[in-house]
Amino acid sequence: MKKITFPHMGYMNVPVKTFFESLGYEVLIPPKISRKTLDLGVKYGPEFACLPLKINLGNFIEAMEEGADVLIMGGGCGPCRFGYYAEVQQEILKDLGYEFEIFVIEPGILKNFNKIKNIFGNIPYSKIIPSAKLAWKKALVMDDIYKMVLENRAKEKETDIIDQIYNDFLEEIDNLMTIDAIEEINSKYSNKINQSIGEYKQGIEIRVGLVGEIYLVLEPYVNLDIEKKLGQLGVSVEKNLYITSWLKHFLHLSKEQEVIEKKAEKYLKNFVGGHGIDSIGNTVRYAEKGFDGVVQLAPFTCMPEIISESILPSVSKEENIPILSLFFDEHSGDAGLQTRLEAFVDLIVRRKQNKEGILYA
Amino acid sequence: MLDKNKENSYFLGVDVGSVSTDIALLDYFGNLITKKYLRTKGQPVRVLQEGLSSLKKEYDEINILGVGTTGSGRNLAGVILGSDVVKNEISTHAVAASKLVSDVQTVIEIGGQDSKIIIIRDGIAVDFAMNSVCAAGTGSFLDQQASRLEIDIKDFGGYALKAESPVRIAGRCSVFAESDMIHKQQLGYDLPEIIAGLCEAMVRNYLNNVAKGKDIRTPIVFQGGVAANVGIKKAFEKELGEEVYVPEYHDVMGAIGAGLLARENILYKKNKTKFKGFDITDIDFKTKSFECDACPNKCEVVNIYQDGQLIARWGFKCTKWEAV
Repeated sequence: MKKITFPHMGYMNVPVKTFFESLGYEVLIPPKISRKTLDLGVKYGPEFACLPLKINLGNFIEAMEEGADVLIMGGGCGPCRFGYYAEVQQEILKDLGYEFEIFVIEPGILKNFNKIKNIFGNIPYSKIIPSAKLAWKKALVMDDIYKMVLENRAKEKETDIIDQIYNDFLEEIDNLMTIDAIEEINSKYSNKINQSIGEYKQGIEIRVGLVGEIYLVLEPYVNLDIEKKLGQLGVSVEKNLYITSWLKHFLHLSKEQEVIEKKAEKYLKNFVGGHGIDSIGNTVRYAEKGFDGVVQLAPFTCMPEIISESILPSVSKEENIPILSLFFDEHSGDAGLQTRLEAFVDLIVRRKQNKEGILYA
Repeated sequence: MLDKNKENSYFLGVDVGSVSTDIALLDYFGNLITKKYLRTKGQPVRVLQEGLSSLKKEYDEINILGVGTTGSGRNLAGVILGSDVVKNEISTHAVAASKLVSDVQTVIEIGGQDSKIIIIRDGIAVDFAMNSVCAAGTGSFLDQQASRLEIDIKDFGGYALKAESPVRIAGRCSVFAESDMIHKQQLGYDLPEIIAGLCEAMVRNYLNNVAKGKDIRTPIVFQGGVAANVGIKKAFEKELGEEVYVPEYHDVMGAIGAGLLARENILYKKNKTKFKGFDITDIDFKTKSFECDACPNKCEVVNIYQDGQLIARWGFKCTKWEAV
C-alpha cells in the first residue's frame, strides 16, 4: 500500500493525517523536525532558498527513509517563490535517487483530475465529505485550544504547566475519530487550562500580536519557539494566521481577507505575495485593538515580508505601536533572539509604567 | 534602613561580552565610582574573578548592596556572582545613556560582535534594532583590519582623521569590505585614505542595515568599545550632519546600566541582594558540556560547576535536563 507523507507545519499533521486515514490510506508522518532535518535540508537544498524549503526537503527525505512514497506539497503562483518549491524539491529528490509520486496542491488542481485518480484511486464524494468534516473539526478545536495556550502562558500558575496540558491534549486528539469525542475534549482541556491560570508574570497585562510569513508563524521549530519564549516572559500572544484561517481564505469561505486589506490600504494597496499585505493589515488591527506591540516573523530573504518590513516603521509611528521584525535562517541563534525579545518586552513594560508614572531609574 | 550605610555602600554592574568584560562600581546614588574594562579573551569566568579581586584590593571596606549582569555572558555571570538583576544589553545601554545624558534621543552602540540603535523618547526606550546576519561594522571586524594593516587599534581612528579624500569602500558585509579594501590598497592609495574610507563604509553599513527606518534625532550618543575610534565618530557626524556625543565612560555603559537596574531593584522593590560576596574569586568554577543523544536535536548541554557541584545548566530544547 502507498504511504502518504507531507511536510510539518505546526500541528497541521494531526488533521491532515486524520483526513487521509479516515479515507483508508496509510499515512507516514515525518519524524519531528530536529537539527538532523535542518542539516539534511541545508545539505541538499539550494543555498539561496529560504528556510521553509530546506525544512520541507529534510522532512521529505526523513519520511522517505522510513518508507513513504507519496509526497503531498503545497504550490501556487504569484510573487512568492513558494510556488516553485514543489518543483525544485521534486528535482532534488529525484537526483538523490528516491522513487516517489508527488501531489501538488495548487490553484486549479481539480482540472488535473486524472492525476489525482492515478495517485489516490477513485474516491467517492460520499467518503470525502465526512473525512473532511472530521479533519476540519479537529483543526478548529486545535486552534481554539492553542489560542488559549498563547493567551495564558503569561499567567500560568506554575512554570510550563500550560505546555504540559497542551502536550496531553495533542496526544489525546490525535487518535479521536468522531466529532463528538473531539467536542468533548475541547471542553475538558479548556477547563484544565482555565484552572491553571494565576497572576501575570510581569505584574501587568502585556498583549502582543504576531504577524508575518505563514510557515514561520506556524512552525515552532523554525521560529525557535518564539511564542513560548514570549509567554514565559509574561506576554499574552495573539495571531490571525492559522491553517483554518488560511483554508477559509483559500476556499473563499471568509471575508477576513477583505477586512485585512481594507486596514492595510493606507500603507499598502497591492498584493505583494505571501502574507505581506496581511502583516500590514493585521498590525493596524492590533494597534486599533489596543495591543502593546507586534512581532513580525519571516524567513531570511522573504520578498513579501521584506516589503512589509520596510513599511512597518511608518505603521509603528502612525499607529503608535512598537514593532519588532525578526528574520530567521539556519544560522539564527537562540541567545540572540532571547536578547531581542527581552529588550522588546522591557520596552513595552517601561512604556506602560511610564504612562502610569511609576518609573524609577 | 539602608540609608545608614550609604558611606561604603555600592552597586555592582557587570557586562560580560565577547570581547570585553566590564565592571562598574556605582555609589548609593547611582554615580560611577570606578570602572574596569578587561579583555574577555574567551575566559569570562577567570577575567571576572580577577577583576573582582583587584576591585576588592582597591577598596578596603566595600559593602555591595546589589549586583546586575548584562551582555552575552549575563546568565553565566549572574550564576557566578549571585546577581539580583540579569538584563539584556539593549535595556542596560538605554538606561545608562539616559542617566548620563538626560535628554538623549538616539543611542548608537557598537560593540565587539553586535551593533545596535536605541531610540529614546522622554527617558524611555521606544524602539531598537540590532545587526542581524552580517557582522561588518562591529569592533571585531575593525580589530581584524587594524592587525592586518599592522596598526594598533588605538591609532586606527587617528589615521582616518589625516585623510584628505577618503576612498569609497563597499561596506555591505565584512567579506566584501575586506576584499574591496585590499583592492584599493593595491591601486596604491595611502593608508589614511583607506582607513577613512573603511570608517565611512562601516557607518554607511550601520545606517543602512541597522538603523534603517529609525527616527534618528539629536542628542545622539555614541557608545560601546568602537566609540573610542575618532574616525568612526567623524564619519557618523559627516553622514548624519549632526554632532555625535561620546560619553566619557562609553566603553562600560552596559555595566553602568546593569548597576543602575540592580539599584532600582534593591532600593525601590526593597529586595535583599543575592550577591555571593567577594569570596567567589577563590572558588573554582568549571564549565563542561556534552551532546545529548536522546533525540536528533543533539543539543549541546552546558553545565556550570562550583567547586565540583552543579549549579546551573542550559542549552537544551526539551525538559529532560531541566532539574539541576
